[in-house]
Amino acid sequence: MIIDHPLLGPRDSSEFTYLGDASLIDRPDPAGEDASSDFYDYAYLRDNPAGWHKELWFHEAGDRSWLVVTRNTVTHEISKVELASDVARAQGRSK
Amino acid sequence: MRYSGFRVIKEALTGHKGWKPVWRDPEPASHYDIVIVGGGGHGLATAHYLAKEFGQARVAVIEKGWIGGGNVGRNTTIIRSNYLLDGNEPFYEFSLKLWEGLEQDLNYNAMVSQRGILNLIHSDGQRDAFIRRGNAMILNGADADLMTTEAIKKKYPFLNTSDARFPIQGGLAQHRGGTVRHDAVAWGYARSADSHGVDIIQNCEVTGFRIENGVCKGVETSRGFIGAGKVGCAVAGSSGRLLSLANMRLPIESHVLQAFVTEGLKPVLPGVITFGAGHFYCSQSDKGGLVFGGNLDGYNSYAQRGNLPVVEDVCEGAMAILPMLGRARILRMWGGVMDMSMDGSPIIDRTHIDGLYFNGGWCYGGFKATPASGFAFAHLLARDTLHPTATAYRLDRFRKGYLIDEKGVGNQPNLH
Repeated sequence: MIIDHPLLGPRDSSEFTYLGDASLIDRPDPAGEDASSDFYDYAYLRDNPAGWHKELWFHEAGDRSWLVVTRNTVTHEISKVELASDVARAQGRSK
Repeated sequence: MRYSGFRVIKEALTGHKGWKPVWRDPEPASHYDIVIVGGGGHGLATAHYLAKEFGQARVAVIEKGWIGGGNVGRNTTIIRSNYLLDGNEPFYEFSLKLWEGLEQDLNYNAMVSQRGILNLIHSDGQRDAFIRRGNAMILNGADADLMTTEAIKKKYPFLNTSDARFPIQGGLAQHRGGTVRHDAVAWGYARSADSHGVDIIQNCEVTGFRIENGVCKGVETSRGFIGAGKVGCAVAGSSGRLLSLANMRLPIESHVLQAFVTEGLKPVLPGVITFGAGHFYCSQSDKGGLVFGGNLDGYNSYAQRGNLPVVEDVCEGAMAILPMLGRARILRMWGGVMDMSMDGSPIIDRTHIDGLYFNGGWCYGGFKATPASGFAFAHLLARDTLHPTATAYRLDRFRKGYLIDEKGVGNQPNLH
């Protein structure tokens, strides 16, 4: 697979390591009322779709940026690559 | 029809005109006591044990395609029970014991071959860990043998024992491990289940579950509604997709694992060998091909094919310990889709929906577990209690903190 890095251009997927579903960006509020149940969902449960999947890749052998890659789990086609920091900011996170 | 040597000779002398199809192709009935979704190794084994051991007569196995067309036909056929943790080892040892009696139980030649498995040791720390694992195996009634480099050289003279980076410093052997003809496992279980009255319904895709007031009443399928007292799902690889029809999210990611087979060679490799410094394992099929594989590709995938970086990694592992493999040509390579659970161990349990039962999360180790998985799932479906060797495989263990994490890497499925 070739991942089209937003800053560095097309890079081979072997330069990256994979973490998982991009929902891992949305860490629950540890002070929330249902924190224990929310963290169980966050840590262990996955949508695991067959089809388009937003996921976190780390450019370990490159610029060490975190990316959100939109990839089809049936065909391995990649439709979109964004910096995870941009995605997090767009969701209202400060950094 | 019972198979025997006498039968083979009789058929040979009469032009092989007496062989008949070994399972029926029935129309689905409107209601069964138990419906099993998934006609793979685990589903068919469950049906066999339900009918034969637990006296359940009204059982159906529903399969989307043809039986044995999923992971039971796409694995590397290895059986073993060399686990460390108490939650796992008794279960896998139970499975190995069932393998040992499988062919007599099924009256079917599944080519169970206890040629042994050897896990190579490449460092002092790894030797300590493997001694601990071997002791855990022995404590649970399995066999384990710590082999010296000299003994390994004698048995496997072709191994590269003096690799500069990863010299072989011994190995942990389980001589009762080995290989089984994978397709024959599916066919043998199907034949036996059918002969005990189980309906095997192929080309019948489950499109939904009928759930009323928190009780599962049956399955909607491409061939109409099929009512059921209990529904058991055994579709590892596609568990997430199937259970999403019941609005369930699972502690599972689907990943692709590649495997490879070379052209047929004369017998060269008398067992299963695994590389302890990278990830590579190899055995020789009875047809002569060297069957080998390595790590997961490492990302969510439902594609039954992987990518080239893992091919390179597997071949590097192969050349590190089995340099002779470099002269063989690869005939085929393929990928299978794994239910990778969050702790690397499987799940056999009820769900929060009454009448809906789940068997999955087998990671890359489902084949060796086939008999015990079928037995334990049949036990749960028939008696509503957990089988004594499968009490740790609860669906709620992640919520409660009772993880069975052999490698100790946490909730990161691609590292298990």
